[in-house]
Amino acid sequence: MSESPSENPALLEVRGIGKTFPGVRALGGVNLSLEKSQVLSLIGENGAGKSTLMKILAGVQPPDEGEILLDGKPVEIESTRDALDLGISLIHQELNLATNLSVAANVFLGREPLRGGFIDESKIKQESARFLEMVGLDVHPDTLVGNLTIGRQQMVEIAKALSVNSRILIMDEPTSSLSQAETKNLFIVIKDLRDRGVSVIYISHRLGEVKELSDHVTVLRDGENAGELGREEVNHEAMVRLMVGRDLSEYYERKDRPKGDLALKVNKLRTPVHPKHELSFSVASGEIVAVAGLVGAGRTEMLETLFGVTPALEGTIEVSGSEITIDSPISAIEAGIALAPEDRKQQGLVIDMTVRENLSLAALKRDQKQAGFLDISKEQEISDEMIKAMRVKTPNEDQVIRFLSGGNQQKVVLGKWLAMKPKVLLLDEPTRGIDVGAKSEIYTLMEELAESGVAILYVSSEMEEVLGMADRALVMHEGRITGELSRDELSEESVMRLATGAPGDDQAA
Amino acid sequence: MKKILGILSLLVFVFVATSFLSDVFLDSYNLENLLRRTALFGIISIGVAFVIITGGIDLSIGSVVCLVGCALPWMLTEQGVSVPVALAVIIAFSLAVGFIHGILITKVKLQPFVVTLCGLLLYRGITRGFTGDQSQGFGTDYKGLRELATGEVPIFGFDLPMPCIFLLVVAVLAGIFLNKTIYGRYLLALGNNEEAARFSGINVDRMVILAYVICALCSGLGGLLFVLDVNSAQPVDFGNFYELYAIAAAVLGGCSLRGGVGTIIGVVIGTALMQVLRNMIVLVDWIPTHIEYAIIGAVILAGVVADELLKKAVARRQASQS
Repeated sequence: MSESPSENPALLEVRGIGKTFPGVRALGGVNLSLEKSQVLSLIGENGAGKSTLMKILAGVQPPDEGEILLDGKPVEIESTRDALDLGISLIHQELNLATNLSVAANVFLGREPLRGGFIDESKIKQESARFLEMVGLDVHPDTLVGNLTIGRQQMVEIAKALSVNSRILIMDEPTSSLSQAETKNLFIVIKDLRDRGVSVIYISHRLGEVKELSDHVTVLRDGENAGELGREEVNHEAMVRLMVGRDLSEYYERKDRPKGDLALKVNKLRTPVHPKHELSFSVASGEIVAVAGLVGAGRTEMLETLFGVTPALEGTIEVSGSEITIDSPISAIEAGIALAPEDRKQQGLVIDMTVRENLSLAALKRDQKQAGFLDISKEQEISDEMIKAMRVKTPNEDQVIRFLSGGNQQKVVLGKWLAMKPKVLLLDEPTRGIDVGAKSEIYTLMEELAESGVAILYVSSEMEEVLGMADRALVMHEGRITGELSRDELSEESVMRLATGAPGDDQAA
Repeated sequence: MKKILGILSLLVFVFVATSFLSDVFLDSYNLENLLRRTALFGIISIGVAFVIITGGIDLSIGSVVCLVGCALPWMLTEQGVSVPVALAVIIAFSLAVGFIHGILITKVKLQPFVVTLCGLLLYRGITRGFTGDQSQGFGTDYKGLRELATGEVPIFGFDLPMPCIFLLVVAVLAGIFLNKTIYGRYLLALGNNEEAARFSGINVDRMVILAYVICALCSGLGGLLFVLDVNSAQPVDFGNFYELYAIAAAVLGGCSLRGGVGTIIGVVIGTALMQVLRNMIVLVDWIPTHIEYAIIGAVILAGVVADELLKKAVARRQASQS
């Protein structure tokens, strides 16, 4: 897929970059080429390797293999310092600003000009004002960054990057938390920077934005190049075709299951995060229901409310027909609800404890002997049974979770809950950070659980996961359920239309 | 077991070295005294180990020891309180201290360091207040009661100091609690990752409160035995720095201040090592006694550095295997 460099060497040329994390091959021989004054979009599904590639370019992580050429000359980028010295700046999804400091102090953070041993305040004010003007940010350099909107904070980040003479700006999902007006303003700034000779690598899930901005699009899939699109080839269908490339059905066979009785019924539920909106829906036992939507649509918050992490302000929850009060995970678990959270390592598992200890953690209370003594044989039983049922690949049950791959860690989370025989299983991004092979195993396990009568409600940001798995999908947008799609109505377009709230917002094509 | 092998060999090494460097170290009087000190400090170290396992800290131990140590003779000799009532008051006070610490940390969400630092100041100040800053003691009375700390139990021809029996009971109970009950498992889990523990349906707050209650109870028991042992207590310095000895012993014994890691046997060995070291500094002529803190500080530092390096090496090996 690599187009050999033309007559002039490209500004940035990435050749055969590979990177492996424990259990996951994140990148395998990826190529990328960026010209001066070019906006290159890098697209691909979650886990396609975009962020890893950008972290390598920004010196956050070293590659395992491959080379990086700048102006045709090979360079080593071993630290973020190296990247900055070479003129490469990464603007993270989450901004890296000291919100307690002024705009000027942030722009010059870490390389403050000194006069007589003290920070030269007047110089950093003057200089930063110049860069703020370049990004069209009309605020006084003394303003505290914490007092700015997210969109404006982002402009401060860009100004900071310009102040170190960055030639290449990498932006990772810059619009994910911006309003429409802020997004528009960002685009004006990006185009202006391009005209000044700055090159931009733009990472986004929003294909409408990609189409509007890009001079060139590079598509990644499963850590490899999936294709390139020139300016005039960029359209929605072409991008989706390259991104998805393959149907879920290639490695996962969906079965039709009979729907059972109502397992979960939610009525007029209001969560603390989106108190304005009421959520009502139900899931039958044996049913697999997806919750689709963009990042920040309130899906995780909804699951956390159902699981009692952030108890509901109002509304009712019924499990198997009886109304229950859920004010903590303890009461949720007692009612037969389980949650496999999105942040597996932080919330789902105690990663420095063993496989056995994690599998039994939720069941200890139920299985205790008198006076709180551990039932060792019962614990052993659960551990053996779940390692087998979930097909956890581990040398033994005393292996510390930290050393398992992401897929096997997720299987341990599922096993922990299966041991509780839940009626309702909530899954938040069940296959995030898991490689393709293990993904299909997770899908199969979900399918098996549903078949055994568990009601499954899963949040997913991966379109193919929503389209391929779901018997039905709820689509959320900014805290509301904007629609419900049956199996027959499910399509990328129908989901996207509801996910973006305003029809056509992301489907400009 | 592997985890305590390092500290155990260090204990043996210091013990053997001191027996060569000092003529009186192996005298039965000295050994008995050493055992008694180890037992007394062992009890408060086991207490703080529970708090450290949750990822917290208790700086108030020395002041609780001081309050209990002064209040007991004060109640008995000056207020004419009967022994059972005095003991009941001390137990109730210790329970209350631990409970209040726990509530402030879990429900009001204050940092353990801050809460127990205030405790450190409060309990000592209160003690100096109600005693009028006067030394409190039993004089020649309460010999029977004092036997609890000063007495000896003949075992296999050796007179085992009474506090060792207390330590043995506390250590066995603590070991069973930590390793054989679901609550011990909960403490280890939440010390490792509080959020994951909460997401697994564990009542995290209740367990943390329990840890502080256990710690305060051990401090109370320690204070009781300490004052029975030495007969009198000065409000101004009784129990001074004891929290630091306890924390140091727990850390030497393999507890991580990050939480989630620790064994009772390790803590007892850590305490023994501290006391043998202190004994060595006193007995060996050419070690100036006044640099005691420097030596103990250096040994602890060396111990935890070695432990950390060892852990990293093990982690690397395991990572490369899987």
